Amino acid sequence: MTKTTKPSQIGLHLLFTVLSLIVILPFLLVVAVSLTDEKAITQNGYQFFPKSISLDAYRYMLDAPDILLRAYGVTITVTVIGALAGLLLTAMTAYVISRPDYRYNRITTFYVFFTMLFSGGLVPSYILMTQYLHLKDSLLALILPVLLSPFNIMVMKGFMSKIPIEIIESAKIDGAREFRIFFRIILPLSTPALATLGLLISFTYWNEWFNGMLYIDNPNKVPLQLLLVRTLKSIDFLTSNSEFTQQLGIDLASFPNNSARMAIAVLAGGPMLVIFPFFQRFFVKGLTVGSLKG
Amino acid sequence: MRRELHHFRNNRELFVLSLPGIVYKLIFAYLPMVGLIIAFKNYRYDLGMFGSKWVGLENFRYLFSTDAAWRITRNTVLYNAAYILTTAAAALLLAILLNEVKAKWSKYYQTALFLPYFLSWVLVGYVAYAFLNHSDGFINRTLEAFGMEPISWYQNAGPWPVILILVQLWKAVGFNTLIYFAGIIGINGEYYEAAKIDGATKRQMAMKITIPLLAPLVIIMLILSIGNMFRGDFGLHYFIPNNSGFLYGSTDIIDTYVYRALREVGNVSMSAATGFYQSVVGFILVLLANGIVRKINPDHSLW
Repeated sequence: MTKTTKPSQIGLHLLFTVLSLIVILPFLLVVAVSLTDEKAITQNGYQFFPKSISLDAYRYMLDAPDILLRAYGVTITVTVIGALAGLLLTAMTAYVISRPDYRYNRITTFYVFFTMLFSGGLVPSYILMTQYLHLKDSLLALILPVLLSPFNIMVMKGFMSKIPIEIIESAKIDGAREFRIFFRIILPLSTPALATLGLLISFTYWNEWFNGMLYIDNPNKVPLQLLLVRTLKSIDFLTSNSEFTQQLGIDLASFPNNSARMAIAVLAGGPMLVIFPFFQRFFVKGLTVGSLKG
Repeated sequence: MRRELHHFRNNRELFVLSLPGIVYKLIFAYLPMVGLIIAFKNYRYDLGMFGSKWVGLENFRYLFSTDAAWRITRNTVLYNAAYILTTAAAALLLAILLNEVKAKWSKYYQTALFLPYFLSWVLVGYVAYAFLNHSDGFINRTLEAFGMEPISWYQNAGPWPVILILVQLWKAVGFNTLIYFAGIIGINGEYYEAAKIDGATKRQMAMKITIPLLAPLVIIMLILSIGNMFRGDFGLHYFIPNNSGFLYGSTDIIDTYVYRALREVGNVSMSAATGFYQSVVGFILVLLANGIVRKINPDHSLW
């Protein structure tokens, strides 16, 4: 058996090695640029193997770490609060609609599910957030819009429906109230699903930039992803106006402009890129469960 | 009435448990639906949602009189179709091939292919910029090294359909491969055992067992994605072309147009009308897609 598969095995490994390289090399280009001497960039452009290596970009970032640290602080705060609150709300709502004996089970399911199919869209939400709830420049504006996803509720419901109803019934006979049943019995039994969804929700918060773009102007409340958005836009400005900056006598070459910005990308995006792959299987589990009807 | 009150009393603890979620959805999902009326008003921030004047279909008449309406509709639908088809085909093929690789190695490949999924579109924007930047970008410097003319990527709309499709594929294929891969692993091993005994080759097994058994899942997922045809990928179309005005002809989609109208141009009514158009047509498409799936196989429909 194995003998006949050998040549095709080599072909497969070759194919997947090439594909893996295509996926990974672009990251290495960003890292390489962040480590390239600014003069070498002006001379040779962005290269995978820089002619002269320099840590200036990182030195420059670490001399004034406030911006980056503050952005990390905002993102971590939003992620922790959002994930905990979101997870609790998701579990509560999902549990109620997972109970076949709950009288308003179907209507609640429809109420939640309908928001997946139809939405008011950007403008009404924006006006609600800014004109009525006055959440401009508030961290709540980063937390609330993505707090409770109907998709996650359905995934959670699918899991909780599998908890035998006998457990709940016997607890009721013992005189336990619904709150107690939920917090003492259901939540502990749901830890695998809670872990998976908690990770998905944290991931959503960590990578969220859209609400930052909409609601945050105050530089002290800029989350990581918004810092990246702003930096990307300013690169565009400086490089597309290079003639203008040259006329003014600004020496772009001495300021680690290119490499510093790529260094921000590495410092802001790098850590998660190392951590998240360890949780890869949770992502697949969470999303394949979700693709089935709960 | 009395009876219902009695029922409610029996269910009230569970109702209280669901109340935070219900209130949340009321404020953040159902109130904005009421806000859709802005599309029929000449919205002014000082007059507010209810104080602004009704203008009937004026906003829509204006929207559909511009070239933009056609352009963003066409782009949104065609890009989504291209993304869905390229990703599904590539992911299915890779999943089948991955199944032939020994488990030890397949794990490494899976992780590598999955990696871009963890990045936000903003970060992918940096990666794209490193390649496409006019003066220093890797592609232009490579072109120059071979004596060719550099290309102003961010000012030249022509190549963007290809660029966007490739970038989307790069980011999404790993994740989708794993979904199909999980589907293949779920296929009963006895089919393959039986085929092996009958002397079937790997290719025959893929064509006669794996693909037919995966087909329902794939077809259902494809049809369901019709429901999302009107929802564009804002991040991809905003950050990868770096919101460059030269490229709008081939990169602008409904979502980016709505955002710009609201935040950059400041035309709230126009933005609201476009958003209304997107919500309503999107909703019709979801109903349609689900109806088709229900006809084929009720088990796989969304409801």
